Amino acid sequence: MSITIQNINKNFGKFQALNDVSLDIPEGKLTALLGPSGSGKTTLLRIIAGLESSDAGKILFSGEDVSDLHVRDRNIGFVFQHYALFRHLTVAQNIAFGLESLPRKERPSKQEIAQRVEKLLEMIQLPQLADRYPSQLSGGQKQRVALARALATQPRILLLDEPFGALDAKVRKDLRRWLRALHDEYHFTSIFVTHDQEEALELSDQVVVMSQGKVEQVNSPAQLYARPDSRFVFDFLGHVNVLSGVVKSQKLVQGDAWVSLPGTKGDQEAQLYLRPHEVQLSRDPSTHARLPLRIQSISLIGSEVRLELTPEGWESQELWETGMSHAEFAQQNPTRGELWYAVPNVGHLFEADSHQPRSVDWDFQNAANASSM
Amino acid sequence: MSASAQTSVASVRRFSGRSKRVLPGFGLSLGISLFFVSLVLLLPLTGLVVETSGMTWDQFVFTITDPRVIESYKVTAWTALAASLFNGVFGLLLAWVLVRYEFPGKRLIDAVVDLPFALPTAVAGITLATLFAQNGWYGQWLDKLGIEVAFTPIGIVVAMAFTSIPFVVRTVQPVLEELSPADEEAAVSMGASDGRVFRKVIFPSLWPALVTGVALSFTRSLGEFGAIIFIAGNTPYVSEVTSLMIFIRLQEYDYAAASAIASMVLLVSLILLFAINLWQSRYLRRLEGR
Repeated sequence: MSITIQNINKNFGKFQALNDVSLDIPEGKLTALLGPSGSGKTTLLRIIAGLESSDAGKILFSGEDVSDLHVRDRNIGFVFQHYALFRHLTVAQNIAFGLESLPRKERPSKQEIAQRVEKLLEMIQLPQLADRYPSQLSGGQKQRVALARALATQPRILLLDEPFGALDAKVRKDLRRWLRALHDEYHFTSIFVTHDQEEALELSDQVVVMSQGKVEQVNSPAQLYARPDSRFVFDFLGHVNVLSGVVKSQKLVQGDAWVSLPGTKGDQEAQLYLRPHEVQLSRDPSTHARLPLRIQSISLIGSEVRLELTPEGWESQELWETGMSHAEFAQQNPTRGELWYAVPNVGHLFEADSHQPRSVDWDFQNAANASSM
Repeated sequence: MSASAQTSVASVRRFSGRSKRVLPGFGLSLGISLFFVSLVLLLPLTGLVVETSGMTWDQFVFTITDPRVIESYKVTAWTALAASLFNGVFGLLLAWVLVRYEFPGKRLIDAVVDLPFALPTAVAGITLATLFAQNGWYGQWLDKLGIEVAFTPIGIVVAMAFTSIPFVVRTVQPVLEELSPADEEAAVSMGASDGRVFRKVIFPSLWPALVTGVALSFTRSLGEFGAIIFIAGNTPYVSEVTSLMIFIRLQEYDYAAASAIASMVLLVSLILLFAINLWQSRYLRRLEGR
């Protein structure tokens, strides 16, 4: 079941939560709505569910207009951030709730309901907890039960509102993997809301980045990370190192720092965005860039050594960040307080007049220069 | 030996609690509280028992089983039950409206709910009697329908309901306020009808509070005096409540009989409150997983 969102608007008083949002959610895929708080992602999810009404616009399920359909008739499963389990009912009774709510004609017999519940309990790997009450479960178990409960009536669409937001890091990771596996097995169309970019990129097939009630970009996780098409998406997805300055004779200059940018027009403001992995550290400046940085801190935990750097003789709003392999680290032995130079391989240039970035590839240019010499 | 010495030191420290507590004054505050409870609650109760103990067992039984007194038990019990059940329904409705809806005058109504507590019960009784008397504002209309309220047991129910309604509203209101809207949304998203959402999701969370409110309203009604005597008519064997019987015995300077009857009211109230507390703690333990 695909979902089409057409020109949705929603205001809460004077606050515009959604501003003319249009979107296609493909069938059988796991889609993430990603954005900072206040970006309208939860409101959009609730409008899709029918828990909230839109001021204007349409929601279509497989081409069928459901805008005026009540939640209870939309046949969706909804999972809440804080589980919303019925605390006076046991786990089994919670899961059976949806089936028992069906109109008499469609309602399965008691034995059938019991069997379905048993199957769902096996699916969430908690068959031994059938007679427990929600208060006796851990957060991760509660969210699994909530998921089984939402899936019990075999909804056409599964909607999850920050499903892992209330869980601690370890449980969150486990549950994320488990949800992905479950989805790969059953292929329901699902949308989940998150403000955690790592979660969105790891779990979903398609990411919708939202900001201030608008859709910023829709793409697959890999494409989104590699080619953000706005400053917002760049800033929001992972760390980014920024050099903002003025272009003069094909160089972006700010204070003591400069980067050569062949083919740029002069005398305009511009920002160069560099992902941590697109920057190498060297003890000397290279021919195409001079970015002096002082090492502020070194973090050894993880598969890579992470270094935080402060600009020396120029300015940046945030610290720069880069990584190097442990082998490289052992060889080069950078220490805190030393002055190093950042050497970019690939970068993304936002020029004053354009909203979208232009890719810059110095490796390619250097190679071309070397072969022509 | 040293191990046992250590544990005893640890247990002493935990018991006195001096090193762990952030705010001091546990001993002092508990002492004052206990002293006050003894002074205003336990001492008069002891007096009641002492007064009663002057009677022989036969005298005691004779006093509390006097036919007129027995009749007053019956009247008190059924009117209190009717009043508290009425309050259960109406109080729930009132609490629901106050929590769920926004309307002009909401804060005023919220404040008015406490009026029966603030108003002297005698004033309430006189006002109700005036309103429901045959020529009163309500009474004249009810009279045309053939319903007599003032100076009948129904008047007792009205007075009891009036004086004890805040108990139900004020116990149910906070629970209603704390109900998570997500629970209801979850139920509706699974296709439950409005009625089913109320019965299966909202009501089970509410009803410990509702039962407590109704029970408090009931026990309060058992002892109500001031509001009732002005509207009840106080006809022996028909509309005399137990608290009035106590008052009558007192006027006859029969303190022993008065305290004997009072001890019955006290006993019933205590048993009821205790039973409710026990039941509720069990129910809540299940919900909160303690």
